[in-house]
Amino acid sequence: MTRFSIVSLARNALSGHRQWQRTWRDASPRDGYDVVIVGGGGHGLATAYYLAKVHGITNVAVIEKAWIGGGNAGRNTTIIRSNYGLDGNTPFYEWSMKLWEGLEQDLNYNAMISQRGVLNLYHSDGQRDAFARRGNAMRLHGVDADLLDRDGVRKLAPFLNFDQARFPIMGGLLQRRGGTARHDAVVWGYARGASDRGVDIIQNCELTGFINDARGAIIGVETTRGNIRAKKVGVAVAGNSSRVAAMAGLRLPIESHVLQAFVSEALKPVIPGVITFGAGHFYISQSDKGGLVFGGDIDGYNSYASRGNLPTVEDVCEGGMAIMPMIGRARLLRSWGGIVDMSMDGSPIIDRAPVDGLYLNAGWCYGGFKATPASGAAFAHLLATDRPHETATAYRLDRFATGHLIDEKGQGAQPNLH
Amino acid sequence: MKKGKAPNPIFTEDAGKMRIPCPYCGERDAHEFVYRGDAAPARPMSDDGFYDYVYLRDNVAGVMREHWYHAQGCRNWIEVTRDTRTHRISNAMLAREVAR
Repeated sequence: MTRFSIVSLARNALSGHRQWQRTWRDASPRDGYDVVIVGGGGHGLATAYYLAKVHGITNVAVIEKAWIGGGNAGRNTTIIRSNYGLDGNTPFYEWSMKLWEGLEQDLNYNAMISQRGVLNLYHSDGQRDAFARRGNAMRLHGVDADLLDRDGVRKLAPFLNFDQARFPIMGGLLQRRGGTARHDAVVWGYARGASDRGVDIIQNCELTGFINDARGAIIGVETTRGNIRAKKVGVAVAGNSSRVAAMAGLRLPIESHVLQAFVSEALKPVIPGVITFGAGHFYISQSDKGGLVFGGDIDGYNSYASRGNLPTVEDVCEGGMAIMPMIGRARLLRSWGGIVDMSMDGSPIIDRAPVDGLYLNAGWCYGGFKATPASGAAFAHLLATDRPHETATAYRLDRFATGHLIDEKGQGAQPNLH
Repeated sequence: MKKGKAPNPIFTEDAGKMRIPCPYCGERDAHEFVYRGDAAPARPMSDDGFYDYVYLRDNVAGVMREHWYHAQGCRNWIEVTRDTRTHRISNAMLAREVAR
């Protein structure tokens, strides 16, 4: 594989860019592997990469029903952050942030990681106190967090509607190390790194069932491209986790919901970082291409349709106009929907399934993208060692039965409210 | 569209609008309703079934019966039959009239 560098760029520029190699190898399935990972999104490919790189397990296949990165890895709003407040979450997401910070060097791939800051706005004394508490929890875990007052926010984003009648801006919680990354490049970078280490990436290969031995343990998968034996099967198919789990006879504490996202026409740089207006269900950043990338709440009803409805479009745009009236003249270019695993406490699951040979990586709600590196690394750790990674010990499947929930929003078992 | 090819059910007009036909108020915008979820789980008689009841879901990909509350309308609980793959609604009844 060509190593990307200024030298390789110059050499290929001089040869008219006709000599570049394929980034990764499009493989056909073999009879069997040590590990088969179902789902060629960011999490599945990252899992394969860390299995090969950290654990030396290279006899691995990633099977993907369509093309890699065509699901939620290609539909998110590319935000990375680690501003979580609960013990079960903060170290995990901070590990993810640290992996993001070294990712491009590690993968030798430009993932356009930009630590331009993530700012959460607050509008009341109560909200400020809650943000201060979350910021303090983050700092106790060694994560950067700054509580800004109104003037501090004004310096960063003078264009906001500070005197909005219902939600006047009092300040914000800023994580300067947060920011954005190029989602497709993350997928391709992990695919390249995994493929280069011997992992087979198999596209257009949809899971249709599991193969069990006499004891009921899973020893392989049935796919649209034939049966594949596997010592272990890892499932990373957020959005469709329940459907895959049902093939193994399991019911999960998950509902599938649709989350919409939007992008405007390209504008000159106007928004410096990521700004979230949680009270009005709106968040926004500006891509390097210039488009305003924004979104809000999930639509709120079970869906596998990859398409939302107008009331949520209206709600998101109203939120945008309330806090950032300057965007009102920008034209909306596209909107789209992705199907997300909404778990019963708003937090993910990385655990062994109660079926031998099966491992679950699920329940990422609307926040899976930022977790991609740590999710892959933790899932690889679990697949390789049968023990959870030290930062992911709370993400157990049985926590709903034992009562050890990780409910950042305190909404209880109502997935559409997380 | 190519001749002979059925339209993608997700993008048909029928499925596109997802307005809910409230049996009391008529067809209304989904914004007026609060979603509760799958109508299938039934409160168990003993403690044993509570984990299943509270946390586990079939998460149906297909036709599903679900509870919606018409908060900004007649304030009735409605049982809507809807396809989660297309959002097409095939039936809506007052929940209290649905025989359990």
